[in-house]
Amino acid sequence: MDIPYTVQTRPDTGIYNAKVGVWLFLASEVMLFGALFSSYILLRVGAATGTWPHGLLNIPIGTFNTAVLITSSVTVVLSWASLKLGNFGRYKLYQAITLLCALGFLGIKSYEYREKFSHYEVWLKTPVIVKHGTEEIKVDRLLGHIEHDGHHPFFWTTQTLTDKKVASFKLLPDPVHYTMTSKEMAHARAEAAGKPHEEIEIKSADVKRLSAFVPGHSTYFAVYFTLTALHALHVLCGAAVIFYIWGPGAKMWQTDPERYINRVEISGLFWHFVDLVWIFLFPVLYLL
Amino acid sequence: MQATTHTAPHVGDHKPHHEEPGFWSKYIFSTDHKIIGIQYGVTALAFLLFGFCLMLCMRWQIAHPNQVVPLVGPLLDKFLEDGKGGIMTANLYNSFGAMHGTIMVFLAIVPLAFAAFGNYVVPLQIGAPDMAFPRVNMASYQFYVLGGIVMFVSFFIPGGAAQAGWTSYSPLATSIATHGQAFWLIGMVCLINSSLLGAVNFIATIIQLRAPGMTWMRLPFFVWAQFVTAFLLLLAFPPLEAAGVMQLADNLLGTSFFLPTGLAVGGKLADISGGGSPLLWQHLFWFLGHPEVYVLILPGMGIVAEVIANNTRKPLWGYKSLVYSVLAIGFLSFIVWAHHMYLTGMGTKISAFFQTTTMIISIPSVIILTCLFISLWGGSIRFNTPMLFALAFLPMFGIGGLTGLPLGFAAADLHLHDTYYVIAHFHYVVAPGTIFALFAGIYYWFPKMTGRMMNEFWGKVHFWGSFIFMNVVFQPMFFQGMQGMIRRMADGGLNYTSALHPETIGGLSQTMMSLHTVILWGAVGLGLCQIPFIINVFASMKSGRKITSDNPWNATTLEWQTPTPPPHGNFEHAPTIHRDPYDYSVPGAAQDFTPQNQAKP
Repeated sequence: MDIPYTVQTRPDTGIYNAKVGVWLFLASEVMLFGALFSSYILLRVGAATGTWPHGLLNIPIGTFNTAVLITSSVTVVLSWASLKLGNFGRYKLYQAITLLCALGFLGIKSYEYREKFSHYEVWLKTPVIVKHGTEEIKVDRLLGHIEHDGHHPFFWTTQTLTDKKVASFKLLPDPVHYTMTSKEMAHARAEAAGKPHEEIEIKSADVKRLSAFVPGHSTYFAVYFTLTALHALHVLCGAAVIFYIWGPGAKMWQTDPERYINRVEISGLFWHFVDLVWIFLFPVLYLL
Repeated sequence: MQATTHTAPHVGDHKPHHEEPGFWSKYIFSTDHKIIGIQYGVTALAFLLFGFCLMLCMRWQIAHPNQVVPLVGPLLDKFLEDGKGGIMTANLYNSFGAMHGTIMVFLAIVPLAFAAFGNYVVPLQIGAPDMAFPRVNMASYQFYVLGGIVMFVSFFIPGGAAQAGWTSYSPLATSIATHGQAFWLIGMVCLINSSLLGAVNFIATIIQLRAPGMTWMRLPFFVWAQFVTAFLLLLAFPPLEAAGVMQLADNLLGTSFFLPTGLAVGGKLADISGGGSPLLWQHLFWFLGHPEVYVLILPGMGIVAEVIANNTRKPLWGYKSLVYSVLAIGFLSFIVWAHHMYLTGMGTKISAFFQTTTMIISIPSVIILTCLFISLWGGSIRFNTPMLFALAFLPMFGIGGLTGLPLGFAAADLHLHDTYYVIAHFHYVVAPGTIFALFAGIYYWFPKMTGRMMNEFWGKVHFWGSFIFMNVVFQPMFFQGMQGMIRRMADGGLNYTSALHPETIGGLSQTMMSLHTVILWGAVGLGLCQIPFIINVFASMKSGRKITSDNPWNATTLEWQTPTPPPHGNFEHAPTIHRDPYDYSVPGAAQDFTPQNQAKP
């Protein structure tokens, strides 16, 4: 028994089965990411003034990663087109670039994550005076990297201070804080450029709350990590499928070329969707 | 329309070789839609029974608070942490309540109504050799089983199963310090993946694999119902998956998606960032939750339509109205969800919007019911067991639907919200509604699956018993609810009775409390009435009356034009469809039914 229209298109619908399937699947994916984006909007609109973090992500790296993904979208189309023209070698080459881009994207994303896990915010019980360029201002929230026993620790929380019996630690403060406006941030960054950080010694007893930039830091990072991790999972799965078709599954090109081309097309459709999600993610999370 | 479909290259193209697959590949890892349908059916019926038993324990606790549960008391004592001494503690009551809802909705009714019947019947009715993606179909069933196992195992972990209700409202769901909720969420993600794969498969199959001549308006109504249901599952479930992931992060990673600033648990300020929104969970949950109601009912309506057309021996009245109504329900069901949330303080303007859409969606529902009622008019009705269940569906679903209207009005809902009235309302829709339709389906398609009829006498015993006791169980709840009895109370409202607290104005009267006993024994009776059914299924499978024709009900639709039971690949010759689905009693025809694949003279 064979299922009809697995390879040929059905005349009245003009489409083969798997293509219907993948479009339906993508529709459900739109709803999945749509719900997360809606949650982002609702949480951000509902946040108290001055509490929604911005300017904490690395925009140049994010931009570069966007370019990497867009490149992979182009090569996916080129590889499918090459296959349609019967040029298997060219297909192999383009799809190899796609896979490299996927790996590159995930690598860069991991680097960004790692950076966040050792970057902290400290909420203080009593405000301290810090230097901002030439001015001295009073703040009760500080951003920066922690130094303790010569290490830059990961994943510390308020509880860690008690558990590890940390009496005090050093903070290398960032020049900016998300409570500033974008203009103030740009100004503070320009001021701080080239100058050495001034370390602050903080007593654990003065700390109201301590959190790395992890999901529990704020609803902003909760949304950031949920959306980007789910997206990264999609990149990983998409790359795995493309790799399977490209590598071990490539024998089908000899036995059933039409079906093979369909497979490449289907995986390409999914890949474009994954890229499209990122095109939305990048401005929403990095720029807005 | 012939021109559109003449090139189905492989339909029914039987290969001469017949390798008999082994037990494992035939029954456990099968890709045949009929086997998968039966797998779904058996598993879902087991969960239906299990969910019912949970409810029996709860009804005992409500009627006889803190007394040892008869029969199962020792089991509770032995296996469950919160069941020490065989008594339903409040924690155990809460987890049974949460799991009763979850199991009934996600592990019993949806898999039975959508996956089991849909898998078995839809490809046959559209003249397809199988589903479009047989292996995806198998994966769908495996995800379902995995989800079921996770849910089941959660009863036995330390702290027991989830306790925050089947709706799992935050922050309650996050502040209970056990792992039941995490299991619930992981189980739900598996079940959502399962229904996603199923939905993609159903829609692709119906779009792509209709046999030549099977145009859209020649589809049996059951196929239409399943088609719309699949779209609801496809588009409404993902937001709950997103919500589930977020609540899982709240539980395990310490995020605050649904936890507000300043949340205190047990009198202590929670160590969280705050800034989340409990209302967000409710929106995401009910965005699934309401279309889910139609996922529960539409396949039931489809089955009833098939059975009624067959047993009145005349075409369905208003086939096109039925089809357009079911499509309208599909669209509208996405914009009514917040009528579950009138009391959250989301605002009167939003309430007014959802109140309006809710009233609008009742129109297509009433059209469907009306068409089915009018279909009976002037028919020579055969009162066999499937028809009895289908007939009972009409008034029972009618009661369930109409009692929903007061809940849809924000003003009336202020009084009725979260009372037993709500329980009675949606159980009338799902229990004597959908479940009766499912029974109708089982009795109706059993001969196609097994080649034997189910016993009519015991079928009728099953029907009348279920019909009476269903009403004994659910009718009193309307009165209790209107008197202000709140749901989810582990002592059945004992602490709010005027007998215990004479000083309280409006305390629950003794009459209302004594209805608990009526309901308890009604439920026990309902349980006993299922015994003939269970025995009937197994006995008829072995020694039921053998059917002499492939079409014992003299039906017109394609599933009866196959060998019995249908072989792998379904049809001996690729069918071509020449006529409408319900050509019963066509004037001048040789018989009172004309199959869809019979050529016009």
